[in-house]
Amino acid sequence: MNFFTHFGQYLLMLKGMLSKPENPKLYWKEFAHQCSEIGMRSLSIVSIISVFMGAVSALNTAYQMSNPLVSKIIIAQIVRDTVILEFSPTLVCVVLAGVVGSKIASELGNMRVSEQIDALEIMGINTKTYLVLPKILAAIVTIPMLVILSMFLGIYGGRLTVALSGIISTDTYDKGLKLFFIPYNVFFAMMKAYTFAFILSSIPAYFGYYVKGGSLEIGRNSTQSVIVSCVVILLADYILAALLL
Amino acid sequence: MIEFKHITKSFGEKRVLNDVSHVMEAGKANLIIGTSGSGKTVLQKCLVGLFEPDSGEIIYDGTSFTSMSQEDRKILRQQIGMLFQGSALFDSMTVEDNVKFPLDMFTRDNYKTKMARVNEVLERVNLLGSNKKFPSEISGGMKKRVGIARAIVLNPKYLFCDEPNSGLDPQTSMVIDKLIYDITQDYNTTTIINTHDMNSVMEIGDNILYMKDGKKEWSGSSKDIIFSDNENLNHFIFASEFLQDAKQMRMMELKNKG
Repeated sequence: MNFFTHFGQYLLMLKGMLSKPENPKLYWKEFAHQCSEIGMRSLSIVSIISVFMGAVSALNTAYQMSNPLVSKIIIAQIVRDTVILEFSPTLVCVVLAGVVGSKIASELGNMRVSEQIDALEIMGINTKTYLVLPKILAAIVTIPMLVILSMFLGIYGGRLTVALSGIISTDTYDKGLKLFFIPYNVFFAMMKAYTFAFILSSIPAYFGYYVKGGSLEIGRNSTQSVIVSCVVILLADYILAALLL
Repeated sequence: MIEFKHITKSFGEKRVLNDVSHVMEAGKANLIIGTSGSGKTVLQKCLVGLFEPDSGEIIYDGTSFTSMSQEDRKILRQQIGMLFQGSALFDSMTVEDNVKFPLDMFTRDNYKTKMARVNEVLERVNLLGSNKKFPSEISGGMKKRVGIARAIVLNPKYLFCDEPNSGLDPQTSMVIDKLIYDITQDYNTTTIINTHDMNSVMEIGDNILYMKDGKKEWSGSSKDIIFSDNENLNHFIFASEFLQDAKQMRMMELKNKG
């Protein structure tokens, strides 16, 4: 199958999931379950990455500031802007494409191969609406929250590092954080988070939903879904930066 | 009753079903038999709408399934139960939740009523007491029985079974066959069974469709099989010398009975 066939089938899947739920209560339950699976289960990895990301960013910036005429307060400003603009939305979503994406693809792939999706279809359930839509909605709801959390933790990681290594005091760091703050950057980061959340949930859902074969194909499709999601995220990152900045 | 006329289905260049027509009767065990690759599963998937036939018509009790809208098909599917070859139970749910799922989705009954129905069908398949077990904790035969319980929980008019005996020992196979047959007669269900199991063919085959290379080769009842002179069918059913001897004995027995 070529790119256009895949893309057409992907669009049809998205269109197919927009139908009236048979029993909204069960769909709501599935959505809540997916919020827990996608959001809560990614919390620890996002927290760890974010703290270290901010910490390393602070150390790298301090290392490169060899000019004594430039105030070191700028370290906080650079950490803040890199974390908000790039690290938290993009890096976290690339990592989540691996964590959440492979889970979505393998879960749906396994359901397809073991005929569980067919069983739901026979019952008269729209499987795209019941299985795919809650995953995408849950990702769109929880991932931007994780990105916000990541921003705070990243900036806190930087603060912790500068304090522990004695580069600047925490007071100076805090002052630097308030310097030239542009609220639009947060809006831009959130736009990225929503876009990437959609990409990293819908692409693996497509790869999982249409898997053919056995366990080997589930693994292959799962890996492929992560690769495609990452590439599309990076492409979307460039397009959003070009359009919105 | 399910009637299908001139069903044709191809995958790429390969024609899997070639002008197949037959009538599946209500209250009877309708068997589709044939060698692997003869088109049994594709035919069954066409009948339930998982595959679209290239041509031909499928009629459920006088209503054309082929020309039905997706919404009407969804409504009709609530009257269809299906037992899959691998049972297709939902891994993340317990036995009880698997059986209760169609009730949760399609009825507005309260929890107590739903549980009463779940226990009733679990008792019917002799699985009461396994309610809280997960599919990974039960045997293949038990999984099939849970699959049957889930398929009949909404009292379906049509029951489809894809290889219900595959991977089961002869004794469990007979239990499953008897269960499906009793359900068919008790609820007057139109039951369609894909099978390779010769014991099932001879024991519960009220209406048998034998397929070969995607075509209808022969049809009749288990009694007709004994006297059939269709060479392909005889080779398929009575493949071993032992079975040929059994056929001769059965023929004599039936002739003596008149």
